Amino acid sequence: MEKIQITLNINDKSCEVMVYENDTLLEVLRDKLDLTGSKESCGEGACGSCTVHMDGKPVRSCLTLAMEAQGVKITTVEGLANGDELSDLQQSFIDHGAVQCGFCTPGMLMSADALLKENPRPDDKTIRKALAGNICRCTGYTKIVEAVAHAGNPKDHCLDCKSAK
Amino acid sequence: MKPFKYLSPTTVEKAISYYGEHSETAKFIAGGTDVIVKVKEGWMEPDYLISLKKIEEMGELHKNEATGELSIGALVTHATLEKSLMIQNEYPIIYDAVSNIGSLQVRNVGTIGGNLINAVPSADGAIPLIALDGVALLHGPSGERSAQVKDLFIAPYKTILKSGEILKKITIPTQAPNTGSAYIKFGRRAAMELPLIGIGVLLTLEDDMETCSKARICLGVAAPTPMRAFDAEKLLIGKKINKEILIEAGNIAADESKVRNSIRGKAWHRKEMIRVHVKRMGLKCLEIIKNNS
Ligand SMILES: Cc1cc2nc3c(=O)[nH]c(=O)nc-3n(C[C@H](O)[C@H](O)[C@H](O)COP(=O)(O)OP(=O)(O)OC[C@H]3O[C@@H](n4cnc5c(N)ncnc54)[C@H](O)[C@@H]3O)c2cc1C
Ligand code: FES
Ligand code: FES
Repeated sequence: MEKIQITLNINDKSCEVMVYENDTLLEVLRDKLDLTGSKESCGEGACGSCTVHMDGKPVRSCLTLAMEAQGVKITTVEGLANGDELSDLQQSFIDHGAVQCGFCTPGMLMSADALLKENPRPDDKTIRKALAGNICRCTGYTKIVEAVAHAGNPKDHCLDCKSAK
Repeated sequence: MKPFKYLSPTTVEKAISYYGEHSETAKFIAGGTDVIVKVKEGWMEPDYLISLKKIEEMGELHKNEATGELSIGALVTHATLEKSLMIQNEYPIIYDAVSNIGSLQVRNVGTIGGNLINAVPSADGAIPLIALDGVALLHGPSGERSAQVKDLFIAPYKTILKSGEILKKITIPTQAPNTGSAYIKFGRRAAMELPLIGIGVLLTLEDDMETCSKARICLGVAAPTPMRAFDAEKLLIGKKINKEILIEAGNIAADESKVRNSIRGKAWHRKEMIRVHVKRMGLKCLEIIKNNS
């Protein structure tokens, strides 16, 4: 099987990369481009740890072929921070203890980031529905939901939480 | 994953001709949420994947306001249907079904066409389209033909599509006034769950707002293919609809079903849930009709 050259637009950068036609986007991100933020867990669409954005929409990169990702804007968790400056959502995850082992975190962040762009002040139910495709085996979800609610609404949400002080 | 070549035609004709060149060694792929899982697991071993995603005409969602006919391209994603206000307002049964498929990440790429052609007994998208008397437009090497969505399924993973045939779109005929429809995917948990049982009901009332002129009771995971409970539907026609008759319809539908024990649930549980939810979905239809009148 021959490799072919394709161009992917990742985190606003154009990347030329040689791929096999059966490579998934996740494999190309992790193994060829060293963007190891996106994680592989189930590999079959169920857990959400590989979530990236394609044209702003969260999708599973483990079920997306790299070939299918041409011509769209791909954002990975590496694209959320501005240099060393974390996004408000990322900071909120840290401040609320929403990260334990961290394996689910990149996927959680990508689902939550897409939600907040569409709906800046989501209620708990909306947050839970948006994160329904992301499994976390550590946190029990409550802190993740709080972190997202806070990032969307830092002034009024949980006044006594660390980052509001 | 097994090696394959990825082809990306921009017209239906080209996709069919690619298929002609490679026949059984090729597979169509739309969103890929079923296909990629199967190729990874080795259940499907294509040498060529023919992507349909670049075929623009298959991605359109359009209601003809003059005739009232709704046309859903096979490539329309669950998320597009879920977010459409027209679908939410006028076809609540479609909204109920697609908004609970998998997760947002799956709904953003999974298509309604792929859901039908994958043809599992639990396909959430199939039930509303059957209840709405949807018609599938197929295009293959020997031209176009259409079929009722209810007649698409032969067995689990098996449809009437001939080799090389593509599902282009589904059309939903004009709905009569005083029509309500609702679907419930009943499972053990709210997220990332295939249904234990899926129940869709559609009712149309006469101008007296009591007498039933049309009824559809459609069940998923109740038989090897999505099914209609014809006897239960028949019971309702010409009758005044109330809770008692809906309970009776639920009992008949449960008897008509061919539910089985499976890892996800027991047959008796499925039957009980058919009884309960045919009634509940029927009552929800009445509520929708009253709210809209
Ligand atoms: C984690 C996860 C959760 C899921 N949850 C649900 C759920 O809750 N409910 C549910 O119903 N499904 C669920 N699914 C299954 C799947 O997402 C849906 O069936 C989806 O609609 C399939 O669409 P697709 O475009 O991805 O299909 P694909 O995988 O691209 O194709 C599926 C099949 O249809 C054929 N095909 C596709 N389009 C056409 C066409 N236009 N003409 C002819 N053949 C065609 C393909 O060759 C293939 O055989 C889930 C899947 C995953 C991975
Ligand atoms: S690794 Fe992609 S969804 Fe689990
Ligand atoms: S923090 Fe460990 S899986 Fe979520």
